Amino acid sequence: MIFSEVTSAGAQFFQWVPLILAFPLAGLLINMFFGGRLPEKVIGIVGSSAVVLTFVVAVLQAISLVGHPEGAVVPLADWIHIGELHLRWAIQVDTLSVTMMLVVSGVGSLIHIYAIGYMHEDVRHNGDPGRYQRFFVFFNLFILAMMVLVSADNYLMLFVGWEGVGLCSYLLIGFWYDKGEGGIGNAMAAKKAFVTNRVGDFGFLLAAFTMFGAFRSFEFESVFRQAPEVAAIIPSAIMFITLFMLLGVTGKSAQLPLFVWLPDAMAGPTPVSALIHAATMVTAGVYLVARSYPLYSLVPEAQFWVTMVGALTALFSATIAVGQFDIKKVLAYSTISQLGFMVAAVGMGATVAGMFHLVTHAFFKALLFLSAGSVILGLEQGHHHVEHDPVLRKKAKNLHHFDPQDMRNMGGLRTRMPITFWVFTIGGLALAGIFPLAGFWSKDEILLEANHLYSWAYIILSIAAFFTAFYVGRQLLMVFFGEPRTEPAAHAKESPPVMTVPLMILAGLSALGGLLNLPGIHTFGHWLEHTLEAATHGEAAEVAAEVGAEAAQAGALGFDLGIAAISTALAVVALGLAWYLYDRRYKQMLDIPPAKRPDDPLRSILGPVFTGMERKWWVDELYWAVLLNPYIALSKFLAQVIDWRFWHDWFHDVVIAGGFKWITRLTAVRIDLGGIDAIANGLATVTQGLAQQMRRLQTGYVRNYALSVFVGVVIILGYLILR
Amino acid sequence: MNVQDLYAISPLIVLVTWATLLILVDVYIIRDRNGGTPILAALGLLVAMGFAIAQTGQQYTAFNGMAVVDGFAIFLQVLFLGSGLVGIALAYNYLQRMGIERSEYYILLLYSISGMMLMAIAADLIVVFLALELLSIPLYVLAGFGRPKVEPEEAALKYFLLGAFAGGFVVYGIALAFGATATTSLAGIVQAVNAGSANLTLLSIGAALILIGLGFKVAAVPFHMWTPDVYQGAPSAVTAFMSVGAKAGGFAALLRVFVSALPELAADLSPVLWVLAALTMILGNVVAIAQGNIKRLLAYSSIAHAGYILMALVVFGNTQVSSDAVAAALFYLVAYAVTSFGAWAVVIALEKAEQKGLALDDYAGLGRKYPGLAAAMAVFMLSFTGVPPTLGFVGKLYLFRTVLEGGFIWLAVIGVLTSLVSAYYYLRIVVIMYMRDGDPQVHAEPWLRLTAGVTAVATVVLSLYAGPLFAWASQAVLKLF
Amino acid sequence: MIPLSYFLVFAAALFSIGLYGVLARRNAIAILMGVELMLNAVNINLVAFWRYITPTQIAGQAFAVMVFAVAAAEVAVGLALVISIYRRRNTVVADDIDLLKF
Repeated sequence: MIFSEVTSAGAQFFQWVPLILAFPLAGLLINMFFGGRLPEKVIGIVGSSAVVLTFVVAVLQAISLVGHPEGAVVPLADWIHIGELHLRWAIQVDTLSVTMMLVVSGVGSLIHIYAIGYMHEDVRHNGDPGRYQRFFVFFNLFILAMMVLVSADNYLMLFVGWEGVGLCSYLLIGFWYDKGEGGIGNAMAAKKAFVTNRVGDFGFLLAAFTMFGAFRSFEFESVFRQAPEVAAIIPSAIMFITLFMLLGVTGKSAQLPLFVWLPDAMAGPTPVSALIHAATMVTAGVYLVARSYPLYSLVPEAQFWVTMVGALTALFSATIAVGQFDIKKVLAYSTISQLGFMVAAVGMGATVAGMFHLVTHAFFKALLFLSAGSVILGLEQGHHHVEHDPVLRKKAKNLHHFDPQDMRNMGGLRTRMPITFWVFTIGGLALAGIFPLAGFWSKDEILLEANHLYSWAYIILSIAAFFTAFYVGRQLLMVFFGEPRTEPAAHAKESPPVMTVPLMILAGLSALGGLLNLPGIHTFGHWLEHTLEAATHGEAAEVAAEVGAEAAQAGALGFDLGIAAISTALAVVALGLAWYLYDRRYKQMLDIPPAKRPDDPLRSILGPVFTGMERKWWVDELYWAVLLNPYIALSKFLAQVIDWRFWHDWFHDVVIAGGFKWITRLTAVRIDLGGIDAIANGLATVTQGLAQQMRRLQTGYVRNYALSVFVGVVIILGYLILR
Repeated sequence: MNVQDLYAISPLIVLVTWATLLILVDVYIIRDRNGGTPILAALGLLVAMGFAIAQTGQQYTAFNGMAVVDGFAIFLQVLFLGSGLVGIALAYNYLQRMGIERSEYYILLLYSISGMMLMAIAADLIVVFLALELLSIPLYVLAGFGRPKVEPEEAALKYFLLGAFAGGFVVYGIALAFGATATTSLAGIVQAVNAGSANLTLLSIGAALILIGLGFKVAAVPFHMWTPDVYQGAPSAVTAFMSVGAKAGGFAALLRVFVSALPELAADLSPVLWVLAALTMILGNVVAIAQGNIKRLLAYSSIAHAGYILMALVVFGNTQVSSDAVAAALFYLVAYAVTSFGAWAVVIALEKAEQKGLALDDYAGLGRKYPGLAAAMAVFMLSFTGVPPTLGFVGKLYLFRTVLEGGFIWLAVIGVLTSLVSAYYYLRIVVIMYMRDGDPQVHAEPWLRLTAGVTAVATVVLSLYAGPLFAWASQAVLKLF
Repeated sequence: MIPLSYFLVFAAALFSIGLYGVLARRNAIAILMGVELMLNAVNINLVAFWRYITPTQIAGQAFAVMVFAVAAAEVAVGLALVISIYRRRNTVVADDIDLLKF
């Protein structure tokens, strides 16, 4: 009863939606100005409660939407008025944006709480407690920017958020900017992320310019309404917009070919990786395509390319994930791979499936990252313990070069970190798509749609799913099973409750997330339908009818037991293979002396192929060779040869300075004496000559003078008569 | 005819009566040819000037609209009478020195001035024609006043033949205008044009012919060719008077007729005037460079200055600017008159019999030997060039401003460029005076010194207080009947 | 009645003849006569215009009379000048009178 009363009166909650921006803003301002005087706990609580309150507002929006699924647009302020460009800050409240708000603020809340504990340890280990405050300021700023992104009612405001999250990503990847390889590794990683994203933003901007040229507007409502007409008049415009937008998506969502920044982004603290580089920011591209569905639905070619990019990325990075040893790098490539699934889904028009996977992925990938963070902290504590124990210290080797993120240093943590083990296992199995965890339902839906719409994409994605299950199994076995491979692993400790409680909540969500959109019920599908149908209603509906009908049909496909069985079978086989290799085979390998023993059973089997996986198929090297080195060479050429040798040494010193001397000498000697004087004299001579000539007209004959008068008369009268 | 009509032309009546009586007085009372005729003539000019000034501020028409008294008329009448006074001062010793002292000079001078004054008040084309002939015929005689010598006679004959020729065009133009509008009154022409009863084609041809005749008087190219010959051949005192008076009289008629009666024809005639002004400025200044005779040089200089004043006439159709243009033209006429009289005073001081002492080379060493005279001459040359602080500069400033306001930018550009060219020959005189050694022979009689000194001081001082003078000229706008 | 244009054309022709005289004749007297022809052409114009356009006003006639008077005055001055020159140079050919030039 109470619920229905709330929902019927709920439209008024729409007016509260600006609070989703106000709370993070307040949190970051408080921490920014007063954080220096506040104790760590208070900073964490302020930052976290800002996000929790945001989540509450988002929930209220969702409740309102139940009663008023049409949503609302809440204007905040006028922004730009130039000519025919009229832009305002306005918040779009509909099921799509509120879904994103819920995910961002919900997962964000848990990660904020987790970060209270994690960052306490992190700043302690890394030796700069002052950065605790900065972390929460940046984190709240990220939530703010992300909220701007998902709540925008026009593409330009969306772009503001898009750039804002990019900035936060840069700031947080470089959070330990003085750490990393050579002391600048993290800073380099941040720069790489930023620059790579700029390439994508360039695509976004081109899309926006083209859009304004074609539609004279940036607002979703206006653009989508005009889209069918514009598509009829200038078909290429929509094509350009969607493909340029795809470039933006490949940057932000780390798709081929711009995915290279995301693995390096793991240099940031683990909560950052979980929130920004797994759960939320990187899904902005998916959200953008889903939001622009009315545009993509008009251009099947663009849909094809989006699907292609997504599917290939999914497979490509899944293979790389198999060859990684860094616990976070595995998850990073996994994220890229899963983003590929989502992009492929929204690309082929299965928006519901894509968004569904986005939500479940946010749950289990955040869980995996946070668990990994917990593992890392546990290992660091073990390392700490070993370092300060004189007995253990002698036993351990390479303590100074100990990498707490390398899975080869782990093993046997199952018993030492039981909570972390269980939540990690739930997250991992959800990622692998094991029934009945969340990942199973969402991935199954994508595969179902793909089988229906693009069979080649189905095949690629299924192979990617196989690899996914395999690297999940590999990771689980290397980290938690077997015997500890190092002393710190043997002395690892479970994390405090402030970290484990969010993990458990996320584990619950990862396990039960599938309930959102169970086959046959389709709660989530009906929820999103309101927005998707509204965006394509009216005239758009006719053009989009074909695709839309197909999509709707696919959405109602329900549950195909065959496909579910195939994907489950693939996952189980992959897990079994992983168990065989990393449990049975690994134990056999222990007999081999450590010097000859390969670090991974797969290396001895696959050889160079495994090296390829480990080295990310040399994509970075390829980019260096093809793009960066020529670019740097060009820069050096410009700087050293053109600017310095040519421009400075030659042009400035020789041409300008020398030329100036030469010119002054010339001016003084040739120009002034020889030139100006000569010209003045010459002009005078010419004028004088002219004067002498004209003087000769003065013949002294009076009749000539009369003739002159007469000529004047004839010319003037002729002019007057003939004009 | 009533009392007010007579009052309107009272300066004219005084002057003509005075001149006529002076013939009798000169013949029967003075006799000895070196007595008081100049003094009496000057007195007559002063009396007439008194009558003219007494009318200041009044505006009315007389003789059924054939004559008009307004600020423009009074301003010009004072200018003409002042020119007459200077003409007498310049001639007084010069005629004696040249051996041509005859009291007819002063009488003819008064008659010519009366023609100019009639021009100033003319409001009817018939009166314009009459005034034109009345100012011209005495000048023909004055140009030949140096007889029995070859040059003055030749100058007089050329001036006469060409003047009569040009007068033919004027009168033909007036006849056509009469045919086109059925009236010769300027006010009637305006009415006819406004009423649409005028034949505009015929009227513009008539106006063009009037322009040609008056252009001849002011020495506009290509109707200028008499100028250097006549200026050189005529006695210098006559030339000085002619260069100011005849030019001012011509411009009086041009301004009166075109600005007040024919603004509707601007579309037809402004381009013509534009070309005339440009040609006049260019040719006058360029050919002046080649002159070695100071009188011919000043003749071309006078042609060039006619071009500058013509610029003011180019905007005659633009009623918003035209009254400013008239004021600027009047101001420039004053500036030109003061400067020109001063320069001619110096020329007369150096001139010797038989056309001697007129070459530029004769001015070498003047700066050392007669620093005062040389300084005055330098001031006049700077004023002709348009260098501050001189009247010539201020006058050009007003003119160019008017032209720019009227939108004739290129004409102003031509004006500025030709001013630069003119610096070449004006400053050459200064250079010769100060930087070349020589032994100039100078007859610096008191009246000449006085004239040169007063005009030199006026050239500088009036330029510093140009505001009031320009304000006076601005009040002298044409009354439109 | 003869149309006005006849008079105008005739006057223009006469004016042109006078003009031709001024430009073509070398004798100063003949030039003077050309000028007189021009003036007389104007007089024909004036009288014709008066007769056809403003017969009730005498402005045209009065102007014509004034042109006569002025022409007479001009001729008086002109002939005096010519005689004066003839006495000194023994010539009335305009082209011989070219001392002042350039």
